[in-house]
Amino acid sequence: MNTARTQRIAFGCIWAAALFTLAALALVVGLIMVRGLPSLSWGFLTGTPENLGRDGGILPTIVGTIVLGVVALLIATPLGIGSAIYLTEYTHESAFTRAIRFGTESLAGVPSIIFGLFGFIFFVTYLQMGWSILAGGLTLALMILPTIIRTSEEAIRTVPQSYRNVSYSLGATRWQMVTTAVLPSALPGILTGVILAFGRAVSETAAVIFTAGTALNLPTSAFSPVRTMAVHFYILAVEGISLEKAYATGAVLIITVLLINVAATTLITRLVRRQVRR
Amino acid sequence: MRERIIGALLLITALGALIALGLITYFIFQAGLPLIAKVGIWQFLSGTSWNPTGKPPQFGILPMIIGSLWLTFGSLVIGVPLGLAVAIFMVELAPPNLATIMRPAIQLLAGIPSVIYGFIGLTLLAPLVRSTLGGPGLSVLTGAIILGFMILPSIIAISEDAMRAVPSAIREGAVALGSSHWQVITGVILPTARSGIIAGVILGMGRALGETMAVIMMIGNSLDIPASPLQPATTLTSNIGLELAYASGDHRSALFATGVVLFVFIMILNALATSFVRRPVLSRRGA
Repeated sequence: MNTARTQRIAFGCIWAAALFTLAALALVVGLIMVRGLPSLSWGFLTGTPENLGRDGGILPTIVGTIVLGVVALLIATPLGIGSAIYLTEYTHESAFTRAIRFGTESLAGVPSIIFGLFGFIFFVTYLQMGWSILAGGLTLALMILPTIIRTSEEAIRTVPQSYRNVSYSLGATRWQMVTTAVLPSALPGILTGVILAFGRAVSETAAVIFTAGTALNLPTSAFSPVRTMAVHFYILAVEGISLEKAYATGAVLIITVLLINVAATTLITRLVRRQVRR
Repeated sequence: MRERIIGALLLITALGALIALGLITYFIFQAGLPLIAKVGIWQFLSGTSWNPTGKPPQFGILPMIIGSLWLTFGSLVIGVPLGLAVAIFMVELAPPNLATIMRPAIQLLAGIPSVIYGFIGLTLLAPLVRSTLGGPGLSVLTGAIILGFMILPSIIAISEDAMRAVPSAIREGAVALGSSHWQVITGVILPTARSGIIAGVILGMGRALGETMAVIMMIGNSLDIPASPLQPATTLTSNIGLELAYASGDHRSALFATGVVLFVFIMILNALATSFVRRPVLSRRGA
């Protein structure tokens, strides 16, 4: 009786905690959407900001977000996939691979403000890139690199050994085996990691604001400063420029993150289903 | 020959993360250490006055260290029980249809930009705290509640993995001995998954310690050492975030020196977390 009662109370608390977490998440998303959606319009998405963002739209910040994310991916994806291929196909566990893993794990734990400090002193100041797409993109690339390495490594490890054996038995070299047997099979998993990394880049503020700047103009070159949506949202809210525009920008941010998550989840589900079928 | 070149190129990409970590460490320390040497490490860490543009300037970061510790501790008080409960729920209790919602929901929780959470703290929770508990609203408590929620994904993901890794033989043994489900969880699952859970908590701690923009929005940014959780404070991160844009000279160096302190804290936490994850779950039993 006593045992059963303890269990009932404990499970009640756990259920409450889980439902509370879901409710809080729904509250965050719901609040921003309910207050932001009414001010969303085509003009808001395609207009340029006026009066520091008090009026007008957010087109330059959308462009800034996408450009920065794409630059970061262009740099981090080849590095990350290459690193994952090396760790899984080209070497054995050794002190050296442990050092590389330590580097990856540590980099994943470095807070974004440290990336901001580093990007500011190294890319912006030391390499004289100034506040620019290039400096921001490079900083973000380092930040998302661990995500891409880890997910690619996991994806490659799930490729059955028989694929490799068959490929070798047909006379393939190691690299031919990797490109024709391993990578196509690991692609959905790798892609999931890339999408999630893009999501991280979109959400980031601290690392971006000190490396890409806060300029509200449309960028003209890789050395133009840009302001991302997250940075714009932060400035609108903290400097009290416009709550209405902050909510609307927040709604666009949340919708973007939602789309990114749906894409990643869809890929994962498809991946799991395929593996089950195997 | 071609194979060799490809192998060498792949090796170079694999070194990328390590090189990045090295560059970050070198440049942060190189920009921050001179100021620490000039002020004196003890003076820097234990000084209670931060007035980088005064005459003479004062560089004491004790208020920020205390602010960071308060905030991190507070977010763990909220985040650890909640995160553990959600992890137990996902592994042990959730009916299948709810379980399929939980995972993407937690992923979304992790994906929402931190500035959005900070904004919720600023516009929703701070006024609530002010009207119910008093104080200015923007405070350690407000920050800790929201941060506790923000670190949930780190805690949940790793504890969930650790709990799922518990061999079913151990669980079945406990059930065969007549344990209730709750007794299996507290007596078998949690102790066996302990090292993974601790690693998750440490990573969550690192996340709370490192969060910047959301903290700036919620904590009130006062340079006084907070006397209670209802008081505003400053953290190591929020002070860097607030002042870096306009700092120059020694002031800028002092912010990098603050970064050095933060970096050292985080590296210690990372090393701890890694050591807990590496430790095989069953090593104690020799199995």
